[in-house]
Amino acid sequence: MLGAFLETLIGGLLTGVLYSLVALGFVLIFKASGVFNFAQGAMVLFAALTIARLSGEIDNKEVHLANFVVAAAILGLAVALIGWYAWREFVARGGGPDERRKMQILAAVGALVGGIAAYSYGKGAWPIWLAIAATAAIMGLLAYAIERLVLRHLVNQEGIILFMATLGIANFLDGFGQTLWGSDIYKINLGLPKDPIFLFEAVFPGGLLVDPGELVAAAIAAGLVVVLAIFFQKTRVGRALRAVADDHAAAQSVGIPLNTIWLIVWTVSGLVALAAGLIWGAKLGVQFSISLIALKALPVLILGGFTSVPGAIVGGLIIGAGEKLSEVFLAPILVKAFDLAGGGIENWFAYMLALVFLLFRPQGLFGERIIERV
Amino acid sequence: MTLRKAVLLGASIAAAGLAFASAAQAQNEQFIPGLIYRTGAYAPNGIPFANGVADYYALVNERDGGINGVKILYEECDTGYATDRGVECYERLKNKGPTGAAYVNPLSTGITFALTEKAPIDKIPVISMGYGRSESRDGSVFQWNFPLLGTYWSAADIIMQHIALKEGGFDKLKGKKIVLVYHDSPYGKEPIALLEQRAKMHGFEFTPMPVTHPGVEQKATWLQIRQNRPDYVLLWGWGIMNSTSIKEAAAVGFPRDKMFGVWWSGAEPDVRPAEGGAKGYSAAMLQHGAGQFGVHADLKKFLYDKGKGSAKWDEVGEVLYNRGLVNAMLGVEAIRKAQTKFGNKPLTGEQVRWGIENLDISAARLKELGFEGMLQPLKVSCSDHEGTRAGRVQQWDGAKWVVVSDWYQSDDKVLKPMVDAAAKKYAEEKKLPVRDCSKES
Amino acid sequence: MLYREAGQFKTTYVADQQIFPILQDRIFVLAVIVAAFLAVPMFASPYLYTEILIPFLILSLAAIGLNILVGYCGQVSLGTGGFMAVGAYAAYNLWLRVPELNNLIVVFLFGGLMAAAVGILFGIPSLRIKGFYLAVATLASQFFLDWLFARVKWLTNYTPSGSVAVGNLSVFGWKIETPADRYLLILGLVVVATVVAKNLVRGHIGRSWMAIRDMDIAAEIVGFRPLRTKLTAFAVSSFFIGVAGAMWAFLRLGAWEPLAFDINRSFQILFMVIIGGLGSLLGSFLGAAFIVLMPILLNQLPGWFGIRMSTALLSHLEFMVFGAMIVFFLIVEPHGLARLWAVAKEKLRLWPFPH
Repeated sequence: MLGAFLETLIGGLLTGVLYSLVALGFVLIFKASGVFNFAQGAMVLFAALTIARLSGEIDNKEVHLANFVVAAAILGLAVALIGWYAWREFVARGGGPDERRKMQILAAVGALVGGIAAYSYGKGAWPIWLAIAATAAIMGLLAYAIERLVLRHLVNQEGIILFMATLGIANFLDGFGQTLWGSDIYKINLGLPKDPIFLFEAVFPGGLLVDPGELVAAAIAAGLVVVLAIFFQKTRVGRALRAVADDHAAAQSVGIPLNTIWLIVWTVSGLVALAAGLIWGAKLGVQFSISLIALKALPVLILGGFTSVPGAIVGGLIIGAGEKLSEVFLAPILVKAFDLAGGGIENWFAYMLALVFLLFRPQGLFGERIIERV
Repeated sequence: MTLRKAVLLGASIAAAGLAFASAAQAQNEQFIPGLIYRTGAYAPNGIPFANGVADYYALVNERDGGINGVKILYEECDTGYATDRGVECYERLKNKGPTGAAYVNPLSTGITFALTEKAPIDKIPVISMGYGRSESRDGSVFQWNFPLLGTYWSAADIIMQHIALKEGGFDKLKGKKIVLVYHDSPYGKEPIALLEQRAKMHGFEFTPMPVTHPGVEQKATWLQIRQNRPDYVLLWGWGIMNSTSIKEAAAVGFPRDKMFGVWWSGAEPDVRPAEGGAKGYSAAMLQHGAGQFGVHADLKKFLYDKGKGSAKWDEVGEVLYNRGLVNAMLGVEAIRKAQTKFGNKPLTGEQVRWGIENLDISAARLKELGFEGMLQPLKVSCSDHEGTRAGRVQQWDGAKWVVVSDWYQSDDKVLKPMVDAAAKKYAEEKKLPVRDCSKES
Repeated sequence: MLYREAGQFKTTYVADQQIFPILQDRIFVLAVIVAAFLAVPMFASPYLYTEILIPFLILSLAAIGLNILVGYCGQVSLGTGGFMAVGAYAAYNLWLRVPELNNLIVVFLFGGLMAAAVGILFGIPSLRIKGFYLAVATLASQFFLDWLFARVKWLTNYTPSGSVAVGNLSVFGWKIETPADRYLLILGLVVVATVVAKNLVRGHIGRSWMAIRDMDIAAEIVGFRPLRTKLTAFAVSSFFIGVAGAMWAFLRLGAWEPLAFDINRSFQILFMVIIGGLGSLLGSFLGAAFIVLMPILLNQLPGWFGIRMSTALLSHLEFMVFGAMIVFFLIVEPHGLARLWAVAKEKLRLWPFPH
């Protein structure tokens, strides 16, 4: 019995880490821009699809096109960055807007050349590191597009409007990702170990089951959190991000460029989505359903607080463990007592758990105190 | 600025569209709607099936010039496996073509339930091949439903027979533990009634365990299975749920050769993502398995060599693709049968219904059609809308599906009383007239 | 030119407090209603009824319900689908277990009342939890209710598949059989419900909701009791949503499973409210029309122009265009279609001689 309990607990905690990974993306964006980004799930799917299709075995012509698009995106981004830098230099020396157009044309030409290069190259599968790097670049582009096309036009709108806009983005990305990459089920091969490990076989009959793949995933997630923490606490950009999170107007008035900060935040959360997509994709296979795990991250969010990175981690652990324990131990009792048609309580149990926590702490475990003034 | 651009864009799209507007349709065409899904959570399983259906209709048009000269007009509508979208597709397509829809394949148990209520009013038969309501095989009540080739009760019974055979007889099942991991929808719940009945008869312990749509999170379910150590696990999943189940089974070390899926959990997209973990996993077959048969040669000759196929050639012959072929073939044969009575012209749903109910495909006819080895002969009648109740079991050897059993027949001594009772209850609830099948010719 | 209120003098308070103070508005609304009752049945096809008008009307009612909560009282809820399910299953059980009572109006009212009761229950946390925290917390009700109707066998009358079906419906002896019957019944109920809702939101209760919405602490200080106000909003909103859920199940689906009321339904209705316009009943109708029509239109548009494209591409495009249009509308007019309408009306008053 104790063995079963511990085993469920460990399984739940490990799953919880994976939930945290998705929740982190939400937190980053909410913290810096006050946007409740429902497109995070769609971003995870998009990133996972991109990696899977780039690194997977490639067999027909449509992928040539995909290669073309991707390579175009990367090279375009690179050239555009260089161009942007040069342009800034130019402006500093007193250049005009004409130069900007030239840079844009240059970027487009670069993209085209890169695409043609990739087209002639791209028959085989890309190595996984290259695929990841390319996907990172694409997530950056995506962040830029979202900032430029959507967020910039919705400055100063109410939270719920922004939330709805991200739902629109989610819809768009779901369709876009599947158009570009197809809707079959794809594999990401990270070479994670698959055979289960059994711990303490001497103590418990049958041992405690631990999935090594999830252990690795949890380690990656933990590493990511550390990196993010350092990024937020120690770097210049991180400090700027925190300043924006505290007060948009004040940050802007001391000279922090709001749009750039948003771009960075969305890029970072795109990278978090990439990590989540990589791990979930390796675990489940990449398919449309991955975007639905965003729903799993929501109770984690309200439990941990929308604005807290450690909250997302601790919340994930509590939710993961709570829902698995409830399903394994509470559900059979409920089924017997009320003659139900099967258990399956973990879905709502996570939310109920979070709800109960909220009744005591309305801002979540680690959320910022809500101060109300009239 | 943005508004003006959008208006301009919209106008130019509209103009381009008008330029492409097509000519009026011909009149000598039989319209068949296709409720399929090539998108969304269940696309990996929906796509090969839809390809098979589309290819068979195209083959009939290319090779034979239609059904006795009547061309098939086939139109797909993507339901995304959602019931309300499915109903919308049905309503949109049911009156198309010169005579309306010949029949409809809902390709979802939920949509089948919804269309069961509409079929008698619209007079369009519902062919739910290997899915749908199990009691709808009783044609005296469910005049318009045709769960051809087998219902979920048949499937569950065949799997139980297979397990009993492995154990050495049904009496050996006493005290065994059997778990059903099912997709939490009408589809997944269908077999429960039969399995409970069998559990009562043979004294094994039966536990159903639901998995919520879309089934990507099953850790708790499989931890419970690991702790309770059942003797067998039955899998009633669809889409990504199947591969996830198999992966989780591997992760908790549940022996895959004690795991049996329904025929919707036994295709290539279900096992491939699990890689080595799926080896030894078995599933019931809806008669046919994977592989290429006579009809595939025709497909190559008339479609794929001309670049008209809808799938990739190496996917032709996969389980779900073949199922699409079978599904379309049965429909076409039913129309052919109906034409013997009503003439070689586009038929209405009501006329096609007669064709399905009198469908009788012999072994010789199967050979002619190129389906020899995929199907057994079947004969539909008023009292039996299933046609045949035979099935086999196949096992994944790590690279392909291998048939590992002989033919089973689901046991009508168990099924028939259940079907009768359920159909009677349905008729009473809905106050439906019941046909007397003994008087039907 | 035609739309000008010059010369319309109000000499009584009653006249001044009409729902539509402008004569032309009154005529227009009356004409729309008359047309909906009389003209539509003359030409409508079954497809128009069952796939466009009926879903539009029912979801409008649900959107009105949600708008009361979100738009008027400021409490964001993502549990709409769950409350619709309560209405549907409560109505089903009354219809099933009291067969003498074969009157849809009573059945629907019962569904609404049960939904209101459940709504109050799940509204209680709103006293402490606010904003997005509340929005996500309401998902608890969504998932719990979905689960409840899938699991408690009694609620689905022990059907093995968990799918329930209804038939032989009637209202005061009027048999509801054809799509036209269903449409007329729904239309009647929706018109009545809209009048009720309009009078609620412009009366004392509605003003107390808006006070809470605009600043709850300030409202509390000037004497509105937050507990009562918020809970009445939850109750009224859930009542409308419950009735809509019962109608959706009985008159639109006929046979359904809990999946018909899943979380996507909640999002769909929230979309309607936002796109239509928060705090506007007209917006609820416009939003519902937009969300119901747009996917169907996008899916069929290429076909009308004779453009052949693969089914998969078509659905993906539908997703993309739908998402893009939502973003587009939010950018163009964050206050919704109702606001666009109001702007148009303002322009019309000055036409053809704007300053």
